[in-house]
Amino acid sequence: MTMLLDILSWVLLTLGGLSVLIGGIGALRMPDLYTRMHAASVTDSMGTILVLLGIMLQAGWSLATIKLIAILLFLLLTSPTSSNALASAALLAGTRPLEEAGQDDDEGQE
Amino acid sequence: MYYAVTIATLVTMGLALLRAVLGPSVYDRVLAVNMIGTKTVLLLSVIAFLYGRPDFLDLALAYALINFIGVLAVLEFFRNRALRRSTERDEGT
Repeated sequence: MTMLLDILSWVLLTLGGLSVLIGGIGALRMPDLYTRMHAASVTDSMGTILVLLGIMLQAGWSLATIKLIAILLFLLLTSPTSSNALASAALLAGTRPLEEAGQDDDEGQE
Repeated sequence: MYYAVTIATLVTMGLALLRAVLGPSVYDRVLAVNMIGTKTVLLLSVIAFLYGRPDFLDLALAYALINFIGVLAVLEFFRNRALRRSTERDEGT
C-alpha cells in the first residue's frame, strides 16, 4: 500500500514538474501576450494541482496536508482572478490579440 | 524525485525571468512576475518536504497571499494610467 502511494506520488510529481517546465518554455516562446497567458495558465493550474497532490500523498494525514489543501485552494481561486485582471487591463490599454494567418484586413474595426 | 521538481521549477523561474527582462510591454512583465510568484509557492512547498521542514508551508501560504495582492495592486495602477491616458487623448482631439 505504501509502495503504491509512493509510486502514485512520484508519477504525479514528475507530471507536475513536466507541465511546469512546458508552461515556462511556452511563456518564453509564444508570440503574443494572450498566447503567453495561455501558456502560463498551464503552470498555474495543472502544475500546481499535480505537484501539490503529489506532495500531499507523501505527507499523509497530518497538519501539513491541511496546509497544502489551503495553499491549493487559494492558488486555484486567485490565479484565474489575476489572469482575468491582467487580460482586461491589457485589452483596455489597447493590446490587440494576433490576427489569424489567413485574414489581413485589421483596419475594418472602429 | 523532489530534486527533479525543484530543478524544473527553478528552470521555469529562470525562463520567466528572461521573459520579464525581454518582455515588450508592461503586461508581459506583470505576467512573468506572477508566474515567478506562483512558482515560488510551489518551490517552497517542495523544499519543505525535500529538507523535512514543514514550517516552510506557512511561508508558502503567506507568499501566495502577498503575491496575489501585489499583482492586483500593480494591475489596478496600470489600468488607471491607461484609462487616464485614453480620456486625455479623447479630450485632446
